Amino acid sequence: MVGLEHYLTVAAALFVIGIFGIFLNRKNIIIILMSIELMLLSVNINLIAFSSFLNDLVGQVFTMFVLTVAAAEAAIGLAILVCFFRNRGTIDVEDVNVMKG
Amino acid sequence: MGIADITFYAFAVTLLGAGFLVTVSRNPVHSVLWLILCFLSAAGLFVLLGAEFIAMLLIIVYVGAVAVLFLFVVMMLDVNFAALRGEMARYFPLAAVVGLVLLMQMALLFGSWQEAEGARDLRQAVTPDMAETHNTKALGMILYDQYFLLFQVAGLILLVAMIGAIVLTLRHRKDVKRQDVVAQMHRDPAKAMELKDVKPGQGLG
Repeated sequence: MVGLEHYLTVAAALFVIGIFGIFLNRKNIIIILMSIELMLLSVNINLIAFSSFLNDLVGQVFTMFVLTVAAAEAAIGLAILVCFFRNRGTIDVEDVNVMKG
Repeated sequence: MGIADITFYAFAVTLLGAGFLVTVSRNPVHSVLWLILCFLSAAGLFVLLGAEFIAMLLIIVYVGAVAVLFLFVVMMLDVNFAALRGEMARYFPLAAVVGLVLLMQMALLFGSWQEAEGARDLRQAVTPDMAETHNTKALGMILYDQYFLLFQVAGLILLVAMIGAIVLTLRHRKDVKRQDVVAQMHRDPAKAMELKDVKPGQGLG
């Protein structure tokens, strides 16, 4: 019988894969954004699993807000990426030094 | 092992495998396609958990909008991805160590937590019986009632994101002729054309 722990394990593994992807693709910002999407997806799985096993709908409502924020973040991130590529001709994270940070 | 368990394991294995391939595949277009598979199998898991509305939302919003946006950007940018992937072998040990440490930390938590006394009495919105009220209606009942302010804030976030994305990527090209509606509307017919009475047999010359 599949219980709450099974879903939490899947979500934890997906979160770790997301972190792993960020460290593995330190130059390619597109894959970094995709890894962030994976991590947000794992959070959503956690919320839905708890919502389902506790019979509480609030988890699903919050999943919708997480989805909204994730979509907004992806749109803004990709817009910044396109803008940066237009100015510098590269998407290498190590070349991002316009602000002299 | 029932059919629900087999479905769960199939979706979970697909989800994790596709998630891993997102991070390691050489071609970013393949990464986006694996990401789409990830979202689809996550939607399958959500259907198993009884959250049908969120599952359909995931397919429509994530696969239909976000993943396609990624695909669009990957194909639009003329980037030499092979050069970016070349350094992957260098970063692999660090990434593996960080991933393993994090995984072990989460494994320590496994099975060692317990539900507090009376935690179930603190529920804000108990799920109604599926036979009476289906998932979408139940979600709508509390989203437009208890969480209406958050719902509007979510709309505001989307508006800000839309305006921000347009402002960031819009550019005015100087070498393109554009229609200037105001200038067109304020043209004076008297200045725009001149009437000449041309006599027969004579030219304008």
